[in-house]
Amino acid sequence: MNNIIASTALKARQLTDEEIHEIEHEKTHYPYAQAVGLEALKIVQKYQGWVSDESLLAVSEYLDIPPDDLEGVATFFNMIFRRPVGKNVILLCDSVACWMLGCDDLKAHITSVLGIEYGETTEDNLFTLIPVPCLGDCDRAPSMMVGRELYRNLTNEKIDQIIADYKAKA
Amino acid sequence: MSINNPLTKNIEKGRAPFTFAEYKAAGGYQSFANAIKMAPRDVMGQVKDAGLGGRGGAGFNTGLKWSFSPDPDGLPRYLVVNADEMEPGTFKDRLLMESDPHLLIEGMITASYAIQATTGYIFLRGEYTVAEENLLKAIAEAYDNGMLGKNIQGSDFSLDIYLHTSAGRYICGEETALINALEGKRANPRFKPPFPQVSGLWGRPTLVNNVETICNIPGILTYGVDWFKGLGLGDECGTRISGVSGRVKNPGCWEMPVGTTFRTLLEDYAGGMQDGYELKAFLPGGGSTDFLMPEHLDLPMIPGEVAKAGSRLGTSLIMVLDDKTCPVGTVRNLIKFFAHESCGWCTPCRDGLPWVEHILNKMEEGKGEMKDIEILKEMCGYMGPGNTFCALAPGAAEPLQSSLKYFMDEYESHVKHGCSYKSH
Repeated sequence: MNNIIASTALKARQLTDEEIHEIEHEKTHYPYAQAVGLEALKIVQKYQGWVSDESLLAVSEYLDIPPDDLEGVATFFNMIFRRPVGKNVILLCDSVACWMLGCDDLKAHITSVLGIEYGETTEDNLFTLIPVPCLGDCDRAPSMMVGRELYRNLTNEKIDQIIADYKAKA
Repeated sequence: MSINNPLTKNIEKGRAPFTFAEYKAAGGYQSFANAIKMAPRDVMGQVKDAGLGGRGGAGFNTGLKWSFSPDPDGLPRYLVVNADEMEPGTFKDRLLMESDPHLLIEGMITASYAIQATTGYIFLRGEYTVAEENLLKAIAEAYDNGMLGKNIQGSDFSLDIYLHTSAGRYICGEETALINALEGKRANPRFKPPFPQVSGLWGRPTLVNNVETICNIPGILTYGVDWFKGLGLGDECGTRISGVSGRVKNPGCWEMPVGTTFRTLLEDYAGGMQDGYELKAFLPGGGSTDFLMPEHLDLPMIPGEVAKAGSRLGTSLIMVLDDKTCPVGTVRNLIKFFAHESCGWCTPCRDGLPWVEHILNKMEEGKGEMKDIEILKEMCGYMGPGNTFCALAPGAAEPLQSSLKYFMDEYESHVKHGCSYKSH
């Protein structure tokens, strides 16, 4: 393999039984294995937190999708993380309704509280902050997600509480 | 028939969505029993006669779109529901899927019979986690109750429905890009023709419809064409979900007769502007529509009427621009979104949008030049219809070109004095 992936990854890692089980379930939904590529990357990300080169190669081998093709898919989608992220990914909506209602101020607040800019992770590895395009929650803007949870009508105080709750859970 | 809110009749704020049994008890899952007594082409004909227009933004007659699919040949064919709601300012499909998932499933079953689809996919936005959970539950219940799978309700018709969750890319809302994504490829749009109705998913006939469009099917096939036509105002047919975001007293979305005016939506449903804010302009149906002005408020929310005013109805969820928010900053925010979401396939979009964003950044920072305004005007042409592979860049150009039309004084003032608005 003469590609970017081969230059950094040693080899594919072994997929876990859980990962294989879920990928096999998705395979029953489509006539061709290639269609499962994105779902498989999401499954791997769910368990590993992100998609490493080793994980990408593992999915590529398992589904018999050329690694370059799968990398093309992985890098295309906003929600596939090809770099390590913290335990909780904060997705702050920065599209128009949230912008009008002050998402830039919220971002500044998160940065001051957690000490991270967009794309960065806290030193304790608890939070990564990423902007996300319109979350489709404009009537309750400003909004953000933390992992799979949606938080609405945000204020600095609400954000403090949310961050405290996640810290308490850690 | 007394039902006048078929899309939201089962939705009650704060209550869990209906289970299969509750949904059925409320009159659900009747449309398939009615449809199966008819030939598939006749079901298609009913949907066409009902005058249902697509609710995803383009507004094309749904039955007519279906009728372009060739006659069944015994091989697979697909119904794909576009549930990748990502148009800035749009939040209606979220409500439908989170709050009444069985309505979508019922609509898919009946629509699939009409087009003789063998498999249905819901292409869901990955961030819609509650919709994902509720839809998976509803699909499982439908299988358990014989509404999905082999020989539905003892008929010859069989159908499987699967949920595909995506991972965030606006371009997947374009139907051929969505099909590529569903096949596991990068979501670049495809050349048309062939149209998906003829050659779509894995080269097979495929209908791609918006969530709200499909949610209209159960009503039409349960209560009939005349009932559906009677729901709209004047000559208009049916109901649709419209909504408002921005600085209004009561932001939200509601089901209303097709033909309702922007003013009724803004003032009666959304309670008007918040105290201390005045309406400066509004985007009538998402980030990719041209601004309209307060003088357009009495227009009915009908694609043709909105087109006459120089915009598009789009998703009919309006976003208000108030007098304390910078119009240039608003357009910059929209363009930033579109630049980020461009798939990169063709030049006007891939290179044009970042260029526009750069110029608008300059203006907001007080570094704009008068010649930049001319470049912005030119860019609207380069990114306009006919110069790009799909509708993303032309859509992105719409708020830009209309802001240049209505707010030229603001652009000039930005060049001369920088941005005078506080809130960014």
